Amino acid sequence: MSARPATVRVAGGQGFWGDWLEAPYRQVTGGPVDYLMMDYLAEVTMSILQKQKSRDATRGYATDFVDQMERILPTVVERGIKVTANAGGVNPRACAMAVADVARRLGLTGKLTIGVVSGDDLLARLDGLIARGHDLQNLDTGRPLHDVRDRVLSANAYLGAAPVVAALQRGAQVVITGRVTDTGLTLGPLMHAFGWPRDAWDRIAAGTVAGHIIECGAQASGGNCLSDWKTIPNLAAVGYPIVEARGDGTFDLIKHPGTGGRIDVAGVTEQLVYEMGDPRGYITPDGVADFTTIQLSQVGKDRVRVSGVRGKPATDKLKVSIAYFYGYKAIGTLVYAWPDALEKAKAADRILRQRLDALGLKFEAILSEFVGANATHGPLALQDVDAAAIPEVQLRVGVRSPDKAAVDRFTREIAPLILNGPPSVTGFAGGRPKPEEVVAYWPALIDKKTVEPAVELIEA
Amino acid sequence: MKRKLVELAHARSGDKGDTANVGLIAKQAKDYPLLVKQVTAARVARHFKGMITGPVERFELPNLHALNFLLHGALDGGGTISLKTDAQGKVFSTALLRMEIEVKR
Repeated sequence: MSARPATVRVAGGQGFWGDWLEAPYRQVTGGPVDYLMMDYLAEVTMSILQKQKSRDATRGYATDFVDQMERILPTVVERGIKVTANAGGVNPRACAMAVADVARRLGLTGKLTIGVVSGDDLLARLDGLIARGHDLQNLDTGRPLHDVRDRVLSANAYLGAAPVVAALQRGAQVVITGRVTDTGLTLGPLMHAFGWPRDAWDRIAAGTVAGHIIECGAQASGGNCLSDWKTIPNLAAVGYPIVEARGDGTFDLIKHPGTGGRIDVAGVTEQLVYEMGDPRGYITPDGVADFTTIQLSQVGKDRVRVSGVRGKPATDKLKVSIAYFYGYKAIGTLVYAWPDALEKAKAADRILRQRLDALGLKFEAILSEFVGANATHGPLALQDVDAAAIPEVQLRVGVRSPDKAAVDRFTREIAPLILNGPPSVTGFAGGRPKPEEVVAYWPALIDKKTVEPAVELIEA
Repeated sequence: MKRKLVELAHARSGDKGDTANVGLIAKQAKDYPLLVKQVTAARVARHFKGMITGPVERFELPNLHALNFLLHGALDGGGTISLKTDAQGKVFSTALLRMEIEVKR
């Protein structure tokens, strides 16, 4: 076995599918990195991909990732950078084949080994699992999955770092996964590079914290940062965050020299508390991290040291992300101008609701917001404000219903208000809103031993 | 004297299903005990009255001079179901910073 490195750099390249297209290229070219991790999967993304795959068996993955690889593969191969990405969606093998095609086209035949991590997809196994007593109860409501079984569109267990480590150990340079946790894409490389055992709970927790910090891309390096936000330099050329880890589990957050943004204790703290539940138990398939043990210190410009992280053993469960068809929704908007912008928008809302009532339309929910007045802070927003002076207000009304016809009828009641409602109205150039299908998220747990991750290698 | 939290703290928020979280972080470590004492779960629940349908939980992170609040039933069902502009609870953070607390002068 080769000597362990003193430090390993894992660069965050994408915080979500749709993140900045320039970021991965900048991360692999802007300075030395060992790994590039890219997170593509939000909870509902899997159902969209499942739908694509059902129409075309060669699809069902994040196609943007393949375009990204086309751009960065020459650099990645030349510099020996390894890539971990959950871009495989519900078809990681097809994603890997597409990347292999790109590699061959770039003249990299024989120079790239791609690891494929699967085994997370439970959709075809659901009935068997339910029959064997796995209720897949909704973690929020306690209802068994049986209640919505006929409407399930996707079901994926969250795999951890272990199969990523396995792929790297077998020589994969690019690891493409299905539903692997965001944190596993960072922890996996660290476990592999430093040879951390699977029960080194403190280091597993440290690697998990590292993953949590960079999994949202620039949110750890100045993006969406409230602390002294006006003084954060050059967000136009923001440097995405990089974990520079040591074998003992301590690590520094850094970014490439000359890039914009800022890495400071306040900003990293903001990212640590983002989407946090009980900080004492941040549960992943790999272990349980205790966020109340994290110590942060500014050890240089744009360099924050993270140490002291303690962890606990992994649980015997995996989280399962299930998506199911819920119903329909539509959102209509109109903009009202001064004077009395808010009053006009409220009058329009009342009229609209009277008409919906008169039509006998039933909705599971109808929500009116007055953008410019209360859409973000609700009733708190108007406490210190002269409502009559608000220069403009967007009326934004949403409805949700299992009845598509009711939602469709609602969409036809917005535009008439332009001519037969309150005055000074504009902003309807987008036309009639379209009813959209609502796919809802059903979180559940399953016994770890029922899920067997699989690793396959594909040579370009 | 009363001061708005925005002067003493910064915050970031996100979602988990129909729950929004708000991480409230003291700008200066010396103000953290003030937050612990005054920004209680009950006080936060009153602050967001009419905006959330469930209870408020609070967790302490003294190591980060931060409190984490879970606002249950904050997102009209959450994620894709929600009809709210802020379906993912991104700006409950600054809504909390409107709260006033008592500071000795």
